[in-house]
Amino acid sequence: MNLTPQFIIDASYFAAAFLFIYGLKRMSSPVTARSGIMVAGIGMLVAVLASFLYYFGVNEAALPHLGTNVVFAAVALFLGTAWAWWSGKRVAMTAMPQMVALYNGMGGGAAACIAAVELLRTTAVHQTIPLLLAVVGALIGAVSLSGSLIAWAKLDGRINGVWRIGGQQILNGIVFLATLAVAIYIVFVAHGHADPAIVAAFFIGALIFGVMMTMPIGGADMPVVISLYNAFTGLAVGFEGYVLQNPALMIAGMVVGSAGTLLTLLMAKAMNRSVSNVIFSNFGDGGGEQQGEIKGSQKPAEAGDAAINMRYASKVIIAPGYGLAVAQAQHKLYEFVKLLTDAGVEVKFAIHPVAGRMPGHMNVLLAEAGVPYDMIYDLEDINGEFKEADVAVVIGANDTVNPAARTNKSSPIYGMPILNVDQAKQVYVIKRGQGKGYSGVENELFFADNCNLVYGDAQKVMVAMIQAVKSLEGGH
Amino acid sequence: MDLATTLTGFVALYIFMLAAFTGYEIIGRVPSILHTPLMSGSNFVHGIVVVGAMYALLNATSLVEQIIGFAGVLLGAGNAAGGYVVTERMLEMFKPSDKKQPSGEQKKA
Repeated sequence: MNLTPQFIIDASYFAAAFLFIYGLKRMSSPVTARSGIMVAGIGMLVAVLASFLYYFGVNEAALPHLGTNVVFAAVALFLGTAWAWWSGKRVAMTAMPQMVALYNGMGGGAAACIAAVELLRTTAVHQTIPLLLAVVGALIGAVSLSGSLIAWAKLDGRINGVWRIGGQQILNGIVFLATLAVAIYIVFVAHGHADPAIVAAFFIGALIFGVMMTMPIGGADMPVVISLYNAFTGLAVGFEGYVLQNPALMIAGMVVGSAGTLLTLLMAKAMNRSVSNVIFSNFGDGGGEQQGEIKGSQKPAEAGDAAINMRYASKVIIAPGYGLAVAQAQHKLYEFVKLLTDAGVEVKFAIHPVAGRMPGHMNVLLAEAGVPYDMIYDLEDINGEFKEADVAVVIGANDTVNPAARTNKSSPIYGMPILNVDQAKQVYVIKRGQGKGYSGVENELFFADNCNLVYGDAQKVMVAMIQAVKSLEGGH
Repeated sequence: MDLATTLTGFVALYIFMLAAFTGYEIIGRVPSILHTPLMSGSNFVHGIVVVGAMYALLNATSLVEQIIGFAGVLLGAGNAAGGYVVTERMLEMFKPSDKKQPSGEQKKA
């Protein structure tokens, strides 16, 4: 066995594939999760460093350009890494979903680039199956790139609302079929030696389709879409890995492809939607025209009164939503919770599967504020306890606590599992104004007899609550 | 870059099948609290595409190929590095649950 460059490359890729799978496995438990990403990171480092050894094995046509190519590779590697490292360190935890979308889109773009180089190489001798996979991977990767960029822009507030035109789905279908026709031409008619203009048309078509597919989807559904594009990129990487005969890409891509698909299904299920429903039905705004009248009125309450009520309760359950994190109030909330627990109140956090912008996002945001694990409960574990709770507090959440999901069959969110906060003796809802939730559905809870609304910015409300409890202690 | 195609046909199918089951098994048993970091972590893993882009770039024979290859490496490196940083930042906050230490550090928002 000679220690040739190719052998070192192969061995490194094998190590990388092992470290990726082992790292992901470690990431599946909170205790070992952090070491998991480090293990996977070492795999990436090994694979990238070994890839410079391709220097010794390039094809003859590339030899005159080799010096430039290596410099290009090093510069691109440096710039991409530096930018991503810098942006990744700075991004706020609330903005994590769109950042994942952005990085994911870049991966899809890279897969599309690999295919583009392959399709533009005039000297290549193509076989049908690798060529087919190259084109399919390019299509998926390009859709993932432009679609992820739109998802990022929407979640980041750079594109507001939904953009929809009449006959959208027919138009989408036409763009998709046209792109597919060009792809079939490239593979089966031109055998991979199509005119560069046609190759360009194929990529432009795929990019446009990604934009058009994502634009009509409302913000509430974006997490499912990001997860779907994550799976797409994985598949694209796996297919391009086959084209390049690179097992590391094949394994990593396919592992992510299937894991991402499963994650997408789990997320859609938590939101009571099917994936096709998310992509084709345009729910996410404008719903609720056919709702029945809601009886009762919204009763406001003072933050201080609510706080003192909780101070003398024996059991309080808090249902936080994305609004809490937007107001950056999770630290103040935990400070308030500590005051309550010090006074002997039993406090629990109830997390809806889709609280925040992605499943588990709210756990990340609470962990950021230092809330320990054992105070945080999943929906199935806590829902039976609301009956025994004296006070339930809803902060910055809306659709995930709307009883219409249980009772109102005409509601767009009917059937979605919700936190049963309305069963508590007293409910306080802390919200900024009288707006509706992300789904655009009016919330019956706010009109219920046992519900009072504390209006105001969540952080200011928490400060007022902390003061109210503290002044109470000081008054003795 | 006309490779000696060794991973063809059924060998490739076997790899794809086993990898697909691996991914399914890993995610299937994960508690929902870790879904966001895991999505981010799997996002990092497909950043390995940068390696394929490096191969394409090193074998580039024309300016167009060099430009596209450069873009590929740039994007792939962004995927890998960005995916790593955000995943690591998220998982860093997941401290093992310790009942004796309910008061975690208060970071600045």
